[in-house]
Amino acid sequence: MSSGYHFSQKHILGIRDLSPEDIDFILQTADSFKEISSRAIKKVPTLRGNTIVNVFYEPSTRTRLSFEIAAKRMSADTFNIAASASSVTKGETLIDTARNIAAMKPDIIIIRHSHSGAAQMLTRYIDASVINAGDGTHEHPSQGLLDMMTVREHKGRLDGLKVAIIGDILHSRVAHSDILGFTRMGSSVHVYGPATLLPQGLEELGAVVCSSLEEAVRDADVIITLRIQLERQNDPLFPSLREYAQKYGVNREVVKLAQPDAIVMHPGPINRGVELMPDVADGPQSVILDQVTNGVAVRMALLYLVMGNS
Amino acid sequence: MSHNWLFQNGRIIDPDNGVDRQGDLLIVDGRVAPAGEAGPDSVRTIDVQGCWIVPGLIDMHVHLREPGQEYKEDIITGTRAAAAGGFTAVACMPNTRPVNDCASVTATILERARQGFARVYPVGAISRGSRGESLAGYGELKDAGAVAVSDDGLPVHDSQLMRRALEYASDHRLAVISHSEESALARNGVMNEGIVSTRLGLKGIPTAAESIMVYRDIALAEYTGKPVHIAHVSSAMSVDLIRSAKARGVNVTAETAPHYFTLTDEAVQDYNTSAKMNPPLRTEADRRAIHAALADGTLDAVATDHAPHSMLEKEVEFDLAANGIIGLETSLSLTLALVREGVIDAGRLVELLSVNPARILGVAGGSLASGEPADVTVINPELEFDYREESVVSKSKNSPFFGWPMRGRAVLSMVGGRITFDLLGRV
Repeated sequence: MSSGYHFSQKHILGIRDLSPEDIDFILQTADSFKEISSRAIKKVPTLRGNTIVNVFYEPSTRTRLSFEIAAKRMSADTFNIAASASSVTKGETLIDTARNIAAMKPDIIIIRHSHSGAAQMLTRYIDASVINAGDGTHEHPSQGLLDMMTVREHKGRLDGLKVAIIGDILHSRVAHSDILGFTRMGSSVHVYGPATLLPQGLEELGAVVCSSLEEAVRDADVIITLRIQLERQNDPLFPSLREYAQKYGVNREVVKLAQPDAIVMHPGPINRGVELMPDVADGPQSVILDQVTNGVAVRMALLYLVMGNS
Repeated sequence: MSHNWLFQNGRIIDPDNGVDRQGDLLIVDGRVAPAGEAGPDSVRTIDVQGCWIVPGLIDMHVHLREPGQEYKEDIITGTRAAAAGGFTAVACMPNTRPVNDCASVTATILERARQGFARVYPVGAISRGSRGESLAGYGELKDAGAVAVSDDGLPVHDSQLMRRALEYASDHRLAVISHSEESALARNGVMNEGIVSTRLGLKGIPTAAESIMVYRDIALAEYTGKPVHIAHVSSAMSVDLIRSAKARGVNVTAETAPHYFTLTDEAVQDYNTSAKMNPPLRTEADRRAIHAALADGTLDAVATDHAPHSMLEKEVEFDLAANGIIGLETSLSLTLALVREGVIDAGRLVELLSVNPARILGVAGGSLASGEPADVTVINPELEFDYREESVVSKSKNSPFFGWPMRGRAVLSMVGGRITFDLLGRV
C-alpha cells in the first residue's frame, strides 16, 4: 500500500464508490481478519462498545447471520430488526424508522431493502455509518467484495482474469457489484444470460456481453452463477425453469470449457438443478462455501474500517 | 384599479401579427388599443426599457389539484405561481378528486378561479372517471366551460374508445389531449430504461412505451380526420413520428415540457425523486431531438405538466415516489435559455408559450392585436434570479431546478388589464 493512503469511506453503499485502492485495502484487511474465525476463542475486542443495528426489510439468512457473526467476533453489540416484526407493518416510513433507530445512537446501521437506493437515502437522514446489505436490484457490495476475496485467495490475483457471470443479470445486485468490482480490479468480465435478463448498458459498466454460454465460459478462470428468482415467474422472462436449466444452467460440460483450474461460485441460495447443477455445486471446482467463510472476514473488515480504524 | 396602461420603450413581440418592434403598447379598458392612439387621461405609464412585451403566456398543461388534493396545490396558489412565472392562463388537467368528468366539477373549478391570478381553462376527462371505459359527457363539459378533454396521467388503452373520443370531441369543439403510453411496456417502471437505470438498479420505461401510443393516436387522427394533441413528448422516436405525420397533413399537434429539453436521465443520479416524472427524463439524444423539433415546428407548444406533490409523496424510496414536478415558475427561464443557445428565436418562444397553446385549445389570447383582451407578459430576458425552495410561490416544492442559474424571467403579468404579478414595483 502506497504511503499516504487512508480509507476514508464512512458508508459502504456500493462498489461504485470504492476505488481500486479501497477495494485492495478492504481485501487485505479481510485477509488479516480471517484467521480470527479459526481461533478457539473467536473474538477480538476491537469494536467493544460499538452498537450495530441490522435492519432487514427483506428475508435473509446468510447475509444477516454473516454480518451478525462478524460484529460479534469484533465484540460489538448487535441488534436485529426484521421488517415483519417492526413498525413497518404499522405503516411507518423508512425515513421515520431510520430516524428513530438513529436517535438511539447506533454506530453502524446495516440495511437490506427491496428498493434500490434505500441505503443511500438513509445516509441523508442519519449520522451513523450505513452499510448496504443489498438494495433492490442495485448493489450488494459486501457480496462483491467477498467474491473478489475468494477469487484472489484461489488465483492469487484479480488482474488479467476472465470472469464469467451467467444468469439473471437484470435483477441481480450481486452481478452489478461483481461487474463493477472485478472490472475495476483488472479482470475481464463476460456476462451471458437470456436476452430478457440482460439490462441495457452493460458494456458501459465494463462488461463484455456474450452471445452464447460457450463464449462466456470458454477459458474462464472464474464462473459465477446467479440465482433465478422463482418469485419472478409471473413476468414472462423465460418459458420455464426446465428450459432455463437446459439452455442457461451451468453443468459439468459447460465447466469443462473453462480453464482446468477454474473455480465456480454462486452467491446463494442455490436453486439446485436450475442455474447450477448439483454435481458442479458440490464438485471439486466449487468454492461456494469458501465464499460464505470469507463473507464473515469481509464484513469484519467493513465494520472495522467504517468505524475509522485504518 | 385603472385598466388603462401604457407600456413604454419595450420590444413588442407579437408573432401572430408579424410584429417585432421597439415601441409602446397602450391598454384601454382592459383591451389592447390601436397602435399610435393617445390614451385617456387616466392612463398610467410603465417604463419597460430592456424588456419584451408579449401576449400573455399560456400553460396548456398543469395540475392545480383542486378539488381534492389542496394540500399539494389549490387554484389560488397554482394561479399565483402561474402569474409569477409569466402565465396569464393555464389549462388544468382533470385528475382531481373527484375527476373532472362532468359539468359540476368544471363549474366548481371556474367558480373558484374567479378569485385566482390567471385565466383557468378546465380540461375535462376523456372517459367517465378517467377509467377508460365509456365517454364522459362532452356536451355538458363544453357547456360548463371545459376547453379540452384528456385522461392525463392515464393512457386510454382502448383504441376504439380513443377513436370515439376524437370523433365525438370534434362535434363539441373540444381538443383531445392524449397521454400516450403503452402501459404493459411501462409497467412498474420508474425512470428511462438505459445505462442510468441499469446503474441505479431501477426498473426502466423504454421509449417505445411512448412512441407506440403516439403512433396509435396519429393513426386514429389520420383515419378519422380529427385532430389530436400529444401531451408531454419526451423521446426522439415520438418526435420522428409526429414530424412525418405532419408532413402527411395529419391534424396532430404536440407539446413538450421544459424538463425534457433541459435535463436527461442523469438527473435521477442519487435517486433524486425530484427528477421522477412520467414520461421519464430521457437521454441526451432525445433531448437534442426535442430541441430540433421545437425549432422546426414539429412540437407546437411548451407546457409544464406542473405537478405539485408534497414531501409525503416525494421524500420516500424512489420506487414509491409520485411522478411529476412543479414547473410554472421555471418554464419561461428554461425556454429563454433555448433562445440564448440559439435553438429558437424570441418569436418562436412566443409561439410555443402563447400563440400555439391558444390555437390548440381554441381560446382567446396569443395576440396583441387591437381589441384583444389585455393579457400581457413583460419579460426581462437578462434578469438573473435565485430559484430556491424558500422563494417558490407554489404550495409544493418538488423541483429539480433549485440552485440552477436562472436568467430571464417575467417581471409583470397582466390579465385583461389587471396586473396579477409585478416585480417592477407598480402594485
